[in-house]
Amino acid sequence: MIDTILSGDRPRSMTLAALLLIILVGLALAPFLFPGVRSLETAARICIFIVLVASYDLLLGYTGIVSFAHTMFFGLGAYGVALTSVHMGRGFDALAVGTVAGALAAAVLAFVIGLLSLRVRAIFFAMITLAVASAVAVLVSQLSQITGGEDGLNYLIPRELTPAFRFGEAFGVKLNGRLLAYYLVFGACLLLFLLLLRVVNSPFGRVLEAIRENDFRAEAIGYRVVAYRTLATCLSAAVAAVAGSIFAIWLRYVGPDTTLSFSIMLDILLMVVIGGMGTMYGAVIGATLFVLAQNYLQTLMGSASDATSALPLIPDLLSPDRWMLWLGVLFVLSVYFFPTGIVGRLRGAR
Amino acid sequence: MHHPILETAGLTVRFGGHVAVDAVSCAFKAGELTAIVGPNGAGKTTYFNLISGQVAATAGTVTLAGDDITRRSVSQRCRAGLGRAFQLTNLFPRLSVLENVRLVVQAQGTGRVSLLSMAERDTDLTDTAMQVLRRVRLDDLAGQTVAELSHGNQRKLEVAILVALNPRVYMFDEPTAGMSVDEAPVVLDLIAELKRDHTRTVLLVEHKMDVIRTLADRIIVLHNGALVADGEPAAVIASDVVQEAYMGKDLADV
Repeated sequence: MIDTILSGDRPRSMTLAALLLIILVGLALAPFLFPGVRSLETAARICIFIVLVASYDLLLGYTGIVSFAHTMFFGLGAYGVALTSVHMGRGFDALAVGTVAGALAAAVLAFVIGLLSLRVRAIFFAMITLAVASAVAVLVSQLSQITGGEDGLNYLIPRELTPAFRFGEAFGVKLNGRLLAYYLVFGACLLLFLLLLRVVNSPFGRVLEAIRENDFRAEAIGYRVVAYRTLATCLSAAVAAVAGSIFAIWLRYVGPDTTLSFSIMLDILLMVVIGGMGTMYGAVIGATLFVLAQNYLQTLMGSASDATSALPLIPDLLSPDRWMLWLGVLFVLSVYFFPTGIVGRLRGAR
Repeated sequence: MHHPILETAGLTVRFGGHVAVDAVSCAFKAGELTAIVGPNGAGKTTYFNLISGQVAATAGTVTLAGDDITRRSVSQRCRAGLGRAFQLTNLFPRLSVLENVRLVVQAQGTGRVSLLSMAERDTDLTDTAMQVLRRVRLDDLAGQTVAELSHGNQRKLEVAILVALNPRVYMFDEPTAGMSVDEAPVVLDLIAELKRDHTRTVLLVEHKMDVIRTLADRIIVLHNGALVADGEPAAVIASDVVQEAYMGKDLADV
């Protein structure tokens, strides 16, 4: 049963299994374990980024394709939901149409980029994705009548998913639409993650790994490498778009900075590397650690700085303004000590 | 009368001004094992690359079972029945030995590839792959990753992949190079076995004369990219052109 859900890809390390279980339970019960707006925002963000990072790892870790357009696909999904919600009016139908349209648009665009560039050397694909992603980002900020430009779009989502929709109280937590929205995010992300886990453990996934290992030989034993790479790119793009749609439903706002910016692309890369490339569980660990650090490192450093205020120099180093510095240090250390990522390290040490 | 299963006509490739393979016309019949010999740089591996599609021909054609495959991709040629093992070991290094062969068996399937079934649960695939591994005596190492294997065992796996492809034409490029004395017979016996199955065609690039004498039905000799001799092993080996070109005499013009 568990084997079927996990597609036979067990954590293969007690520590990793324990970590994954903690994250799963923590996210599943987040509204009750960590009440408060900020912690719920963080939990939702972790869910969404797990899917986004996992879909990127399908490309980078499993197929060996470097793409810089992943946030573009994420943004397509997000803007899909935003545009349908603005034009079709508030409703679940708008969310569904926006999600499907965003995913389709992402898959089609990925297909076109793939056809143009996956035949030639890998570096061209990376460069073309970079160019297309920048072009789309510029386009979105310029076409302000349609996309709201730099200001982005605000829109209404169904009342059942907003804080105004109240239906009681349990364990000291108010049950409202926000809670429902969180469980929509959690459930959808869990399903998408398990779907990706199944794909990488399917016969198709094995061929992707073969292509990553030796594309020349994969072709010589009869696989159409270009077709497999293109399909992987489309699938990865579609899942990223759905993650974007979920993000848009959660935030009730889209803008270039929250969905399309290059800094998100860098975050995704960091999460994949920290967690461990070529393993879906790496996405879970990487995204959780990174989003937690992004949201709480500043707070943590603030209190550490206060606690050490009697000492010289140290409070300055720990000043919350320097959180980016420490995030950088953490990243360098993690790559240095865990070159195969945290998951690679844990599985290796079994 | 046997029709040739594989035929090259005027097959030529130029790299800049250098003609690596020069108008080679040759036909190979089913049930025949042809050894391809020639000094280093004679164009043997390039000739293989032209047949299996890794290098595109400048001129000439390759015909497999009556179909012109000159413009087909490597994977199309493979699916049409051209199997190739490589001179330099060319495997999937971080995957297990079993997975390397399973991938080959999977490629022989219907062409439809499932995204949602679990690869591990396809026991037919695993069984077929294990049978192949048993033939090259690698079944005990099925769970190891390729990177952990000795050179000799990697060469055996290279051959196992070709066997798993189950092609109409087997192309071996120095299959026993770098193998120890006790490892080589496993591979050579396997090639002899293929020969006994009279429906298969075997092309073998090989340097070791004793191997060629025992296995080959026919020898063709390449020199400076051109076909210079073709015939029965004993006659070809005795001919002047082979004594000159292959046995290392008078190679000042290479």
